[in-house]
Amino acid sequence: MPQRVPVADGVFTWPSDDPRLIGSRCTSCDNHMFPTQESCPRCSGSETETVELSREGTLWTWTVQGYPPKSPPYAGDADPKTFEPFGVGYVDLAGQLKVETRLTINDPAQIEIGMEMEMVLVPLYTNEDGDEVVTFAFAPKEI
Amino acid sequence: MSNEVAIIGIGMHEFGRHEGVSGMDQGVVAVQRALADSALAWDDIQFAFGGSQDSGKADTMVSKLGLTGLQFINVSNGCATGGSALFSAYNSIRAGMFDLGIAIGFDKHERGAFRVDTRSEGLGDWYGETGMALTTQFFGMKINRYMHDHSISHDTLARVAEKAFRNGSKNPMAWRRRPLSVAEIKESAMLSYPLTQYMFCSPGEGGVALILASADRARELTNTPVFLKAAVVRSRRFGSFEVMAPHLAPEHATGPTVDASAAAFEMAGLGPEDIDVAQLQDTESGAEVMHMAENGFCKDGEQEQMIQMGETEIDGRLPVNTDGGCLANGEPVGASGLRQVYENVLQLRGQAGERQVPNNPQVAYTHVYGAPGISGVSILAR
Repeated sequence: MPQRVPVADGVFTWPSDDPRLIGSRCTSCDNHMFPTQESCPRCSGSETETVELSREGTLWTWTVQGYPPKSPPYAGDADPKTFEPFGVGYVDLAGQLKVETRLTINDPAQIEIGMEMEMVLVPLYTNEDGDEVVTFAFAPKEI
Repeated sequence: MSNEVAIIGIGMHEFGRHEGVSGMDQGVVAVQRALADSALAWDDIQFAFGGSQDSGKADTMVSKLGLTGLQFINVSNGCATGGSALFSAYNSIRAGMFDLGIAIGFDKHERGAFRVDTRSEGLGDWYGETGMALTTQFFGMKINRYMHDHSISHDTLARVAEKAFRNGSKNPMAWRRRPLSVAEIKESAMLSYPLTQYMFCSPGEGGVALILASADRARELTNTPVFLKAAVVRSRRFGSFEVMAPHLAPEHATGPTVDASAAAFEMAGLGPEDIDVAQLQDTESGAEVMHMAENGFCKDGEQEQMIQMGETEIDGRLPVNTDGGCLANGEPVGASGLRQVYENVLQLRGQAGERQVPNNPQVAYTHVYGAPGISGVSILAR
């Protein structure tokens, strides 16, 4: 029976009703990283711990992917006839880091630096087993 | 100074698309033209540094140029490949190991935006699968934030591209030689907001070779030596905003361009006010705008008025990208940085024809930037 499956293991918590991005925190200098890594580019320390990142933040910058990315590596719909432009941005997760992410919105008139965002999962493609492969994205926060 | 280094010969294969001609063969043509320019033979060349991203190992070109036994070292450093070849050749002569050598860069890429190999960039496959491994997105996001912070207009982005294609129309080696209007540029397809199709350069093809000599050899061999006053390559620091970054640090640091520029000016004993002509990395219009400030030629935000007033035109106060830059020439990665130096040598020799900067320019500047956050700067003087 078809299921929802994550695009990769270890990127966000799964299975979960409230998925979070999985990052690292340097135990020496508190620097946060995404995805996980074992050493710290800020202090060159070699001890990090795995942490779940905040699921809310503010939009720091953005663009809209207006043409189909080359496939491979892109696994979503790259057919020029049906391709839907998608927003991409960096969301500032206060006190942790700015994460690069797809956005659920793609109309420049509706996207603004500083807007409040929250993490969601969105469908990316259907795999050979009929499973729906999902990835993370950020959406304008429901108020 | 006894360990000065000069460029005494330059050669280029036309940039653009060349059906049936390999990237490496374009490099061979560039070398042959540089030899002709300096009236030297291949067996005079003592050493070579060369590289390409997608067109094979540079040192195999000796089977076409001649098997003379010279030291040939391949360089692979992304968009700074050419700059790194130049830096290495410069230092080999300064160190006194050799007194005559060559730096070579060439490439030939498939059509369309660069296909990124996420693994070679140290990233997981998911990054490419989810549609984030695109250099064009980074450029859109960096200039979008910069416009927000420093009040740069969409019109200014279009004017940068309009200047590039107009300058390119005066350059017989350029790929795109048809001038485009500001309106055509603004109305072309929006590829990565706020950047339209004609605000982006395309991966392309071409080759460049530069022959370098010690100052003593240079004076024996030519009446028009152009001295390399500085050649610097720098990588990114913690907190800078770079291409292919799944996350950025909360704090902000300046990028590698600021470091490379400051080091180059210090090495040359010169400042931005001494520069008569500059070639700055213009992967897209916004990059030229931001790189004007990162290289020390203005403060953040001043570009708006400088560009609107025409100060970066060929006859302006600070001519920028006089050969049409990456926008009009395309970007064959291995050759792109050396193209900038080639153009500056022409400008300093007074051989740039229709696009010659007036009043005998004396000092010229080049800057390349590329993944994963690397910059190369050179300063040339007559």
